[in-house]
Amino acid sequence: MSMWPASDRLNRNSCRTVGDRMGRTLSAWVGVRWATKMERISARITVPSRSGLVNERMVHSHSRLAGMKRRLKSVIAAIVAATAPFATAVALEDPLHSVVWADMKEQFFGAAPVVFDDRIKVIVPRIVENQAQVPITADARALGGVQKLVIFADLNPIQHVATVVPKKASPFIALLMKVEQATPVRAAALLDDGTWHVGGVYLDAAGGGCSAPALARKDADWSDTVGHAQGRMWRDIDGAARVRFRLRHPMDTGLARDNTPAFFIERLDMRAADGQSLAEVELREPVSEDPTITMVLRLPAKDPGLTIIGRDNNGTVYQSVIPAGWKQSGASSRDGG
Amino acid sequence: MTSGDDKVDVSRRQAIAAFAGIATLPALLAVFDANAAPLVYELRPEPIAPGIWVIRGAQEAIERSNGGAIANITIFDTRDGAVIVDTGPSKRYGLALEALVRQLTGKPVVRAYLTHFHPDHVFGNQAFAANVLSAPRGVIDGLAELGESFASAMYHAAGDWMRGTEVMRPGTECSDGVETIGERRFRLMGLGGHTPSDLALIEETSGILVTGDLTFLDRAPTTPHADLARWRSSLDTLSAIAHARLVPGHGPVEEGARGIAQTRDWLSLVEETIRTAFDRGLSSNEAMAEPLPAWTEKVALARYEFERSVMHFYPKLEAGEWPRVDKAG
Repeated sequence: MSMWPASDRLNRNSCRTVGDRMGRTLSAWVGVRWATKMERISARITVPSRSGLVNERMVHSHSRLAGMKRRLKSVIAAIVAATAPFATAVALEDPLHSVVWADMKEQFFGAAPVVFDDRIKVIVPRIVENQAQVPITADARALGGVQKLVIFADLNPIQHVATVVPKKASPFIALLMKVEQATPVRAAALLDDGTWHVGGVYLDAAGGGCSAPALARKDADWSDTVGHAQGRMWRDIDGAARVRFRLRHPMDTGLARDNTPAFFIERLDMRAADGQSLAEVELREPVSEDPTITMVLRLPAKDPGLTIIGRDNNGTVYQSVIPAGWKQSGASSRDGG
Repeated sequence: MTSGDDKVDVSRRQAIAAFAGIATLPALLAVFDANAAPLVYELRPEPIAPGIWVIRGAQEAIERSNGGAIANITIFDTRDGAVIVDTGPSKRYGLALEALVRQLTGKPVVRAYLTHFHPDHVFGNQAFAANVLSAPRGVIDGLAELGESFASAMYHAAGDWMRGTEVMRPGTECSDGVETIGERRFRLMGLGGHTPSDLALIEETSGILVTGDLTFLDRAPTTPHADLARWRSSLDTLSAIAHARLVPGHGPVEEGARGIAQTRDWLSLVEETIRTAFDRGLSSNEAMAEPLPAWTEKVALARYEFERSVMHFYPKLEAGEWPRVDKAG
């Protein structure tokens, strides 16, 4: 099916198994390749559980797990500090204390300079109601000169969520994503001086949502609606165009147990009437089914609408035009209202 | 590095590990000990009329700290046996409830009405015989459809409290009308709106009106399966029923109808606030941050449930209200 490995079952399994949580359950759900990778991560996160001294409730207490991770990290940091007094490079302290931060840094930024910057906001709900549809916002509008805005989640099987090249848009995007478990969610802005500025929050997916999780598309005839697009445009207080857009698509991750191959919208190009590119958005597998995005951009004054050209990884192109209807949003494009 | 150095390293590492083990042992044992303590629901029945008690749920979300015991449970003593409304969030709760009822009344539970299919109300079912459990057809079918998903969510949220809990379907289908048990007369009303099928009842000899989650009081209503128009219509029905006291699904038992009014106000507030945010083009996250009026400050979980409601209603609005903009459309 079209969804992430069914999160409800994963949760339930994880409640009943002790230790090796990600590794074992993931190997059942997403196949050996990803499981191996996650086990490597898991080995570092769940060290105490491997000693057999952690019971179910501890494994489930994310805050306590996070606390243990922090303590573990501080112990490691203390050992490193004690044994390497002459080290010259100062390690970047991750404010979210992610055990995989070093991997993330290498994966997304390579050797480029990176700083943590709390002016970059990542907004998530306080409770994850549905792990297949988690609304998140990445907002780097407090910074100037943003060339690129990358969203990623450290502990997702696929970390990269989306990348925005703003051009004539604000470095801001709201979308819905799938999460596998509690994870840091980060937004990284590449500034014109070549520095990456990173902000983020810890998303606790162990909420308490009692609704049916992840009612995945059950229609056998999803292909009848794939590519159907809906949307609307508003004018923010300062005249910028606020665009909300939904494109029907299964967004298959390729990780589901039934071996459905990856099938997802990988690109949305926002264009003016004369074909000028206003913004490019790269979407990846973690973006929820039927991608629904909110962006703020500068549409040329006389343009009758915004053209959005989508493309999925099978090469199908989906073209839409959102008319510039110009309802007032009342929101400020600077702070999102 | 020579092999000699390696040996030194290994022994040093072992020494460090041994030391670390000794140093952390008390802490680890303490953790182990605390978690080894058995989980016990402390059920405190409050008498609300002669032979009638309510066990109040915590005005909280489902968490490990409360074991999911957040919903009100009502107990009626009759000469032919005890009657309860809803069974609680887990097998463990159901068993504790069954024992409590025997202690209070000296009789077994001969009828357990289920107000709707949400897990905090029906996952104690295993403590009772199937034919004792009675619910409208919609509740039975809904539980069959979504019970497993609810169980997963409950295991996730409440953890070990849920141990051994399985979905159990009621064996008795009830319909509108009066069921007489002993000296008591239970008038059953199949309504809906909080979920597709909600049961409310009034025990006519005492005037106790039990609404299930059609009413919440001083705790924000939940909307994952709500149909707001139908919910309002059910509230109209309840408003017309003369009663001595009203037992809401969550919140205190009172004489008047404050639960009905407050639930109605909340539904209007949520619908209008979300609708306005949607019409202004706000994203889900922006809508969740919209201000709520001052009166909601006295309502437990107001912001929490409002955020959940945004996640329930926004996708429907987006799918239902936005015009098609693709070339094919």
